[in-house]
Amino acid sequence: MSIDLKNLTIKKAHEALLKGEYSAVDLASAYLEQIKKTDKDIHAYLEVFADVIEQAKVADEKIKNGKAGLLTGIPIAVKDNILIKGKIASAASKILENYTATYDATVIEKLKNEGVVFIGRTNMDEFAMGGSTENSAYGTTKNPYDLERVPGGSSGGSAAAVASNESLVSLGSDTGGSIRQPASFCGLVGLKPTYGAVSRYGVMAMGSSLDQIGPFGKTVLDAEILFNAIKGQDKMDSTTLPNKKSEENLSGKKFKIGVPKDFLNIGGIDESIVKNFQESLEKLKALGHEIIDIELPNLKYSLAVYYVIVPAEVSSNMARYDGMRYGKRVTGATGIEDYFLSRQAGLGREVKRRIILGTYVLSSGYYDAYYNKANIVREIIKDDYKKAFKNVDIIATPTAPSVAFKIGEKVDDPLQMYLEDIFTVPINLAGVPAISIPSGMKNINGKDLPIGIQFIADYNREDKLFAVSKSFLEEK
Amino acid sequence: MLEIKDIEKLAKLARIELTSEEKEKLLKEVDPILGYVTQLKEVVSVVGEEKKAGELRNVAREDANPTETGTNTKDIIADMPDSQDNYLKVEKIL
Repeated sequence: MSIDLKNLTIKKAHEALLKGEYSAVDLASAYLEQIKKTDKDIHAYLEVFADVIEQAKVADEKIKNGKAGLLTGIPIAVKDNILIKGKIASAASKILENYTATYDATVIEKLKNEGVVFIGRTNMDEFAMGGSTENSAYGTTKNPYDLERVPGGSSGGSAAAVASNESLVSLGSDTGGSIRQPASFCGLVGLKPTYGAVSRYGVMAMGSSLDQIGPFGKTVLDAEILFNAIKGQDKMDSTTLPNKKSEENLSGKKFKIGVPKDFLNIGGIDESIVKNFQESLEKLKALGHEIIDIELPNLKYSLAVYYVIVPAEVSSNMARYDGMRYGKRVTGATGIEDYFLSRQAGLGREVKRRIILGTYVLSSGYYDAYYNKANIVREIIKDDYKKAFKNVDIIATPTAPSVAFKIGEKVDDPLQMYLEDIFTVPINLAGVPAISIPSGMKNINGKDLPIGIQFIADYNREDKLFAVSKSFLEEK
Repeated sequence: MLEIKDIEKLAKLARIELTSEEKEKLLKEVDPILGYVTQLKEVVSVVGEEKKAGELRNVAREDANPTETGTNTKDIIADMPDSQDNYLKVEKIL
């Protein structure tokens, strides 16, 4: 049985499963076969689950009984910081090497109810800190387009799994670009939903005021279907918002798209990215959308704000990993020494760096100089967006300032690595939703590397993101 | 400018043991980042402190309807590095 995984979508798979062209077991087996072929080179997965076929059998039963939904039997890969009961969830960290989840994250519970098939847990930067998966304690994931390059990060494994047809769709998490940047590097669609749209119950917190879970897919519709399945208010995550469904019919709508020209002139952006972005704007115009110059004058401070707020929240959130109740414990001479030694052995370099930075900016005497100032500037950045969305439906920027970079290229220069997030970070600070979709390729030494464009919308207007993205990609 | 003793103090507060090589590295990496974020002071001095930080706030739910005692005990104990008779076992504190 041969299934064309490369061109498969959720809808196509669903129809084939209903018609009996193949079973969920056949579909899962096809992905397992692909993983066997390519994952030793790509290393998207930290673990492929032993019960994939069993899960698929349950889905087949559901299909046979006429109880199948759109996602029944659909293979999904899950980032290693999202809990699935009974499975290891390590966040690619040594300190949680053998930690077995004792409950399901809300998103997992929702997907289980749909009857999806969880293929495995995917590689990432340790505790989602990084932009390349090079900070994983279990080795770097490779970009399927060029094995010498990174897939992006921190959700690099989830992106590489879909891009190499080792899963149909996947889940990631995005604190400052961790879904959108790998989507851009791997030629996929990746969505960072509105802050509060998706429950984070059962997801390991990194920057709690910024984290969101979101989908990866090869098409806009796949990402949309997965987003609709996981969103919604949850009493276990008090930051979640009630679902407000927009009544507006967006099919065929011509959007007003704002472009922050001043923000694009900050330097350090690869020429090929600028050129591709200009071409994308021309394409949007040709499709009947209106391009408008806008100003977001305070976005240039986003990275400074981000690299105060994130370490501050990280230093608090990481305090729980102390080797006491779960995870790796290194025993010292005294109880307090256990903390020091367990954290030394269990946490990686970037995690330690952010904890130290966060401890500094939150310490008495510096709190006001850093953390309070960062929060004030964060409000100013939010105001920039609020003003802009009075006049436009969508804001467009490139997703990342370059195509996928080489493994090792930026690993020794944290500030340079942080600059990778220049276009994605402001969105998390404001809490608005954004999507990255493929917009072209750059050829380097005979290898085509994907480029992404990012669309941003006002709070809870993911529907506009899907509509403009489908229009751009001419997806039905 | 930070010094090694500042890094040592922060590491102590954060309960992390660091090798002297790690301390040197952190010093080299943390200082430029702190230099980069000082631009925030200038921004705020332009816009003024009166701009209030803070639509974001903590929202706590009612501590109600707890899980029945014992429901997850076995799984949670299985994750402990060391346990005895359904208790978490740690080094003597006093």
